[in-house]
Amino acid sequence: MSNNIIEMKNIIKSFYIGTPNQINVLKGIDITVKEGEFVSIIGTSGSGKSTLMNIIGALDRATSGEYILDDTNINDISDDGLSQVRNKQIGFVFQTYNLIPRSSALKNVELPMLYYGMNKKDRRERAEELLELVGMADRMSHQPNELSGGQKQRVAIARALVNNPSIILADEPTGALDSATGRMVMDLFHKIHEEEGKTIVLITHNNELAEETQRIITLRDGNITSVADNEKYYRRFKEEEKICL
Amino acid sequence: MFIKENILLAIAGLKSNKMRSLLTMLGIIIGIASVIGVVSVGNAMTSSVNSQMASMGATNITVNVQEKSTTSTTSTTSKNNTAGNSQGGNKGTQAAGSTQSGNAQGGNKGTQAAGSTQSGNAQGGNKGTQAGGGIPGGGIPGGGGNFGGGRQGKSSSTAKDIDLMTMAQINTLQENFSDEISSISMNESDLSGKVKNETTYANINTVGTNVGYQDVKSIAMQKGRYLAQNDIDEVKNVAVVSDKLATKIFGTTDPIGQDIKVYTSNAIFTYTVVGVYTYKASGNSRTTSDDNLTTDVYIPITVSKKTATNKNYQTFTIKPKDGVDVQTFTTELSTYLSTLYAKNNKFEAAASNMESMLESRTSMMNTVSLAISGIAGISLLVGGIGVMNIMLVSVTERTREIGTRKALGAKSSHIKMQFIVESIIICTIGGILGILLGLGLGAMGAKAMGFVNTVSPLVIIISFGFSMFIGVFFGYYPAKKAAELDPIEALRYE
Repeated sequence: MSNNIIEMKNIIKSFYIGTPNQINVLKGIDITVKEGEFVSIIGTSGSGKSTLMNIIGALDRATSGEYILDDTNINDISDDGLSQVRNKQIGFVFQTYNLIPRSSALKNVELPMLYYGMNKKDRRERAEELLELVGMADRMSHQPNELSGGQKQRVAIARALVNNPSIILADEPTGALDSATGRMVMDLFHKIHEEEGKTIVLITHNNELAEETQRIITLRDGNITSVADNEKYYRRFKEEEKICL
Repeated sequence: MFIKENILLAIAGLKSNKMRSLLTMLGIIIGIASVIGVVSVGNAMTSSVNSQMASMGATNITVNVQEKSTTSTTSTTSKNNTAGNSQGGNKGTQAAGSTQSGNAQGGNKGTQAAGSTQSGNAQGGNKGTQAGGGIPGGGIPGGGGNFGGGRQGKSSSTAKDIDLMTMAQINTLQENFSDEISSISMNESDLSGKVKNETTYANINTVGTNVGYQDVKSIAMQKGRYLAQNDIDEVKNVAVVSDKLATKIFGTTDPIGQDIKVYTSNAIFTYTVVGVYTYKASGNSRTTSDDNLTTDVYIPITVSKKTATNKNYQTFTIKPKDGVDVQTFTTELSTYLSTLYAKNNKFEAAASNMESMLESRTSMMNTVSLAISGIAGISLLVGGIGVMNIMLVSVTERTREIGTRKALGAKSSHIKMQFIVESIIICTIGGILGILLGLGLGAMGAKAMGFVNTVSPLVIIISFGFSMFIGVFFGYYPAKKAAELDPIEALRYE
């Protein structure tokens, strides 16, 4: 068993807008993400970022190519199979939080476990544990419309973590937040990455955010233009260690 | 596992939009309520009629002497005639196609038939004489008129003794059909009054009966005996009284052999008690206190005939033997009776049974029920379409939620289940409200019509099940649509 969580080889995604007009949005992507890595994918709008995210998140299938997620070949499984992959191996964090309205924070966090088929007692315990981790222990029974943006995103992160997924896939997680709360959310990702050892894929168009991650994958017009280890990340990491010392 | 979560979720959704939920349910509520209401009123009517029938004996055949329906135009003429006489006191009236003079004195009325020449002259209670060709004529003393089982129709011509069945004819009939007839009952409402002793009294109606009356009316004896044939033949002043009356008037004394005095407004009659029967309340009569209870005192029919206007019989009841086909026998009797009345062109004797009455009433009620059920069905259909409409709106409104759920690992079947459950919940709550409303309306309706309200649990279960079915049926399409949403599109939906 390799320690690569994501292995993508020559991923091509084509859309057909009218029969003759084939548009290749992704033109042969190769990505490898190791277990425990914090990677960012950046690109301007129209670069194929969202399409790539949908494929990584098992919401969509590639037209051709090979995608292996944690030893599961995603290309040849059914729709229900994809649902299971999303349920067990991927934790989504969206820009718009996407909490279920009229359901408490606790119920929202329990939802992936409900689809997983866990019993009520275990669900409750696990949800409480994770809400505590993201610092929302005192707001468990609040409904989404009673929470601020930062609080909603923290609930969403807790929800992404409950089924102990292979990767956390965060799509512009700070895009709808002011800089202070955005900072707090990013700190939470770092905490999850460092303390829980989670693999995180951050999709953003914000270079500043990308520079906080270990590796930056830049996408342009459906191609990867650079994959670079990020020196700043390691510098920051070392500085923090110094402070701690 | 999901069912409970889905139900809670659906209820939370309904609560957050109460007005919309109620309006959505309204079609279902009205539909189910009208079905339940109609069925419960219908049931109440049927059971009321049935219990009446049962107490009367549903298989009994009633023979009734009535005016021939073809002579109805004549009745109108006679009516005018009657009115003219009573006003003018002594006046000749001319009717179409007939020459006739009516002469009524002392409250007497002259009656007349069209197509005949006839003179009526009645004085002080004398019987009229009959004109040629078997056509009746003459006067009837004032205060006389209908008696016995009452007459059907609005005929104004009154049957005379000559038109009625004699005891001999009835006996012949019984002999002719001895294989079919168990017993024949005749009765004559005699008078109403009070039976008094030193301290108290009891309200009674005296009813002249024959021996067969006991069998036909299923009268159960408690003490002594019922009237015997020789009581009737010898015109004995004997009586059979109810246990209620016996207790009230005689207390602990054995009433058999005691005399009772019946006080009417202008006379006193004395009868010797020979038997006590068990009083039973009739089908739908409201229970009154024993103090005001009016019970029947049965006396020989020949005794009541002494004071009666007509000495012959207008109506009597035949109880067929067990296993006799009532309908066929009724037809046979009708044929026999029509031969007997072939020469009488004004009156006929008709045999009818409760079954045919019951059948026609049931079929009428069924038609009404069917019509209202049809309307209820349309209401349910419209209600169901309303539910489907709202579910489609709900799916559109919650597109993002559906996308999120799919991203979190919900399979299409989970989403489908969620929306079907929601639709079922709407319809079931609507159904329950409808059932409650229907029961209320049914109870009110039945009470207003004076029936005892009964609702079978089966109807409630069926209505409940049917509203759930509507939920599944009309919820399926929106749920399928929700389940088939592409998660990427759904997540992006604004």
